[in-house]
Amino acid sequence: MQALFGQLLIGLINGSFYAMLSLGLAVIFGLLNIINFTHGAQYMMGAFCAWFLLNKAGVGYWWALLIAPVVVGAVGVLIERTMLSRLYKLDHLYGLLLTFGLALIIQGLFRNDFGSSGLPYQIPLELAGGVNLGFMFLPIYRAWVIVASLVVCFSTWYVIERTKLGSYLRAATENPVLVQAFGVNVPRMITLTFGFGVGLAALAGVMAAPIYQVNPLMGADLIIVVFAVVVIGGMGSIMGAILTGFGLGIVEGLTKYFYPEASNTVIFVVMVIVLLFRPAGLFGRER
Amino acid sequence: MPEVAPRANGTGSPLLAVRDLQAWYGESHILHGVAFDVAQGEVVTLLGRNGAGKTTTLKSIMGVVPRREGSVLFENQQTVNLASNRIARLGVAWCPEERGIFASLSVEENLMLPPKVRDGGMAVEQIYELFPNLAERRASQGTKLSGGEQQMLAIGRILRTGARLLLLDEPTEGLAPVIVQQIGRTIVQLKARGYTILLVEQNFLFAATVADRHYVMEHGRIIDMIANSELDAKMPKVHEYLGV
Repeated sequence: MQALFGQLLIGLINGSFYAMLSLGLAVIFGLLNIINFTHGAQYMMGAFCAWFLLNKAGVGYWWALLIAPVVVGAVGVLIERTMLSRLYKLDHLYGLLLTFGLALIIQGLFRNDFGSSGLPYQIPLELAGGVNLGFMFLPIYRAWVIVASLVVCFSTWYVIERTKLGSYLRAATENPVLVQAFGVNVPRMITLTFGFGVGLAALAGVMAAPIYQVNPLMGADLIIVVFAVVVIGGMGSIMGAILTGFGLGIVEGLTKYFYPEASNTVIFVVMVIVLLFRPAGLFGRER
Repeated sequence: MPEVAPRANGTGSPLLAVRDLQAWYGESHILHGVAFDVAQGEVVTLLGRNGAGKTTTLKSIMGVVPRREGSVLFENQQTVNLASNRIARLGVAWCPEERGIFASLSVEENLMLPPKVRDGGMAVEQIYELFPNLAERRASQGTKLSGGEQQMLAIGRILRTGARLLLLDEPTEGLAPVIVQQIGRTIVQLKARGYTILLVEQNFLFAATVADRHYVMEHGRIIDMIANSELDAKMPKVHEYLGV
């Protein structure tokens, strides 16, 4: 029993990261039409940013949660302005190739300097320790990651689906030319949206640092699974990305308990089944 | 700034003055020196056969074609090099031919979407008064409306913004006669409220009921101007222009 709850918790933790990362991908794909393969590298950069802040500047976890997304998001803005913005009129494939190449370059640079063994990052004192719930032991930091991820994901959903700013985003996803002709500075909105999506990846990276260690390839491993999550949820669907992220984390956790041999592949099996029966994804709309 | 001659029933400089307007889509050169004026408070139509360049003229004024040259003065300000969002902020609003209702937005969200660009726009209640159907269906998904209701929504949402010049691209296309009449009454009401309207129309009989003047386009140029009052006298010529 203890083991089942343990795996469920791990599933929820992984799901928290899947959800935050696939949410960023969904937001970016919706507005920019770019499949951002650099997302994993940007998640890794978030973790490294936190590590640098702590080890080179003595700036702790809480500030890193704020600073790393801004710094990495700004790098994203630079990439969008200088490179991605030239590709919007072309096929998806070009954006995918560019971001994939960038991801390899960024990961290569970090690996060159830091090798591929992980650097440790301490859990902040305030979140150290755990609580015995009777049926299982719950580390406080992990509980914090799940709650923080839920808050971040649903705040993002709320802004996009329920506010005026979100209505600009949704409308520009459908018809950017018309939204701009209404007086909205759509190119700036696109740049900031990319920055936001990248910032979200960096935020996930900071939150992951104390759990998974800081490693140049930490994003490369994760991003493949996250793309499967996005495909299952449906490209461009905000709620789909969040629910699928958490849901598949739990499915993975349960598989680890009931049939551990399949735990690494179960998400891809789900992906194949979903693609066979609902090619647009569970929450995607056929276009 | 080029000299702008007062025209027809305009006094002083017109609200919109177009001179030698050229536009391209990729390699194809669509507009070859379009020139016309629209005075404050006027309703003016662009008539012409399919492919004459009417829609491209509206899009060029709004700044949504890939490449344009020449001169478009709105309230004496040159707009031909501005991005469309800057042109909109000056007080120009566009209702595209395909209406552009957003599927992911409710009727109310569609209505509230265009930002206010100036004071003096209509209040939301006034727009719902003008188009009661929209009020009833404000929570529906935008594209669940009928074609006529979508057209009302597309016009309604640019009345809130305070824009002075409305560019309406074939607002009656594909609509039932009773809806066409309602759109016609709306345009007359908007003129009475002081809006200036540049209307692209295929439906020439409809245009004659709402407009002050008509410009006839052919091959990317304006080839004639007809005041609505001389329309009867010039009817044979109009038929020849439009090939009806």
